[in-house]
Amino acid sequence: MGVIHVIDRDGERHTLEALEGWRVMEIIRDWNLPLSGACGGACECGTCHVFVSEPWLDKLHPATEEEEGRLDMLPLTRKNSRLACQILYEPELDGLEVTLAPVSG
Amino acid sequence: MSERIETDVVIVGAGPVGLFAVFELGLLDIKAHLVDILPKIGGQCAELYPEKPIYDIPGFPVITGQGLIDNLLRQIEPFKPTFHLGEMVEGLESLGDAEHPRFRITTDAGKVFECKAVIVAAGGGSFQPKKPPIERIDAYENTGVFYAVRKMEAFRDKRILIVGGGDSALDWTLNLQPLAKHLTLLHRRDAFRAAPDSVNKMRALVAAGAMDFELGQVVGLKGPAPTLEAAVVRRDDGSTFEVPCEVLLPFFGLTMKLGPIAEWGLNLHENLIPVDTEKFETSTPGIFAIGDINWYPGKLKLILSGFHEAALAAQKAHRYVYPEKKLLFQYTTSSTSLQKKLGVVPDTRKQPEAV
Ligand SMILES: Cc1cc2nc3c(=O)[nH]c(=O)nc-3n(C[C@H](O)[C@H](O)[C@H](O)COP(=O)(O)OP(=O)(O)OC[C@H]3O[C@@H](n4cnc5c(N)ncnc54)[C@H](O)[C@@H]3O)c2cc1C
Ligand code: FES
Repeated sequence: MGVIHVIDRDGERHTLEALEGWRVMEIIRDWNLPLSGACGGACECGTCHVFVSEPWLDKLHPATEEEEGRLDMLPLTRKNSRLACQILYEPELDGLEVTLAPVSG
Repeated sequence: MSERIETDVVIVGAGPVGLFAVFELGLLDIKAHLVDILPKIGGQCAELYPEKPIYDIPGFPVITGQGLIDNLLRQIEPFKPTFHLGEMVEGLESLGDAEHPRFRITTDAGKVFECKAVIVAAGGGSFQPKKPPIERIDAYENTGVFYAVRKMEAFRDKRILIVGGGDSALDWTLNLQPLAKHLTLLHRRDAFRAAPDSVNKMRALVAAGAMDFELGQVVGLKGPAPTLEAAVVRRDDGSTFEVPCEVLLPFFGLTMKLGPIAEWGLNLHENLIPVDTEKFETSTPGIFAIGDINWYPGKLKLILSGFHEAALAAQKAHRYVYPEKKLLFQYTTSSTSLQKKLGVVPDTRKQPEAV
């Protein structure tokens, strides 16, 4: 079993055990960090918005057009913005680091 | 001027569950009005995932969000519900007593309803424009920052910054460009999820020097609030620049917010309305809550659960609407009286004689 690192909105870094085949959104939510995942991973709500730390960006599958379209509806995206529900955890991602993005009101 | 409407039941929310409540109430001869802040019917199914397949509606191996709403509308057609769309229910006031409840409901459009029972089928709350989490944005709202365009004239001769890449952003860019002093469209990438024709028109305006298109996101606002003077924009590489503007129009779609429901005295449990599981009634007799908005031990936010809740709430609502009448349990397959209500049995008197 690997881990992912999650930096919350107060800047605190958490190391979470990660299970293969789970969405990164689900892993973060299961550890009770403040990420709502309101649509359950359907790429509809954008509440799982994270910033992926630079070295990991290229190791992820590129975002689909559907994910890009959902990111279009988020106000504070950056180059390294991704939706955590669209990233499936696999052993190659052991050590992945993401930062929770600010939530829209 | 306020309009006054007298009816049996008001349903707050025209999502799938509110719609099915019309059916269950209709079978019991109860008339209903529905109010929804969205300009269209169908709640989450129609707004968030009209094209996506749903696989767990009993009897439908697969149906799309919009397909389900269209079917529900056909199913409730015989009961001729009245829809009040684009209106938010703001006030809910109790007039009667526990045995004979009466309620007064007011909307932000100035309508006043008086009714004998209320069914809150408000899902995740009212659909409202998403607000960017930019510092001090509240201080400029309705003076420099607008989430919708009510009167175009208000923006004449202003420097306008529109943010977003969907149809709303593109449509308002094209509509406001002719009357703006200057217009800038800002989006995170050079690709749009909007009608190609609008995108082409926008690009032509940019090519002709009639407006600007920039890449980036607004991260700050400048000017002595409530007067907006400029927006600070961050590019992908982290560098920033300023766009002078008196008006900022962010178009990031809708999100669901609890809204006025919090003020209706319903003893919310984590933003949900607690109900019993016999009648799905709240702590206030005569007010029911069904669908995603309610909470009880074991609650599942599924459409099928909401349908079941609607049926039981309707049974109890009948007591309030027709206190003197006894309720008989009937099946739609075999009850002539129910079939008449559904308009599926022709009036026997008009039936042609057998030959
Ligand atoms: C992407 C996605 C996929 C889903 N897939 C499934 C699935 O496969 N199966 C399933 O069973 N469920 C699914 N769901 C959940 C399902 O859509 C909800 O359970 C269902 O929509 C709840 O219906 P509802 O009528 O209770 O509320 P909603 O559909 O949320 O409708 C509530 C309506 O009330 C309105 N409203 C609220 N407050 C007010 C007010 N004060 N004044 C006026 N109007 C108001 C809102 O604007 C809204 O239109 C999915 C949800 C999403 C987002
Ligand atoms: S959980 Fe809704 S978009 Fe990811």
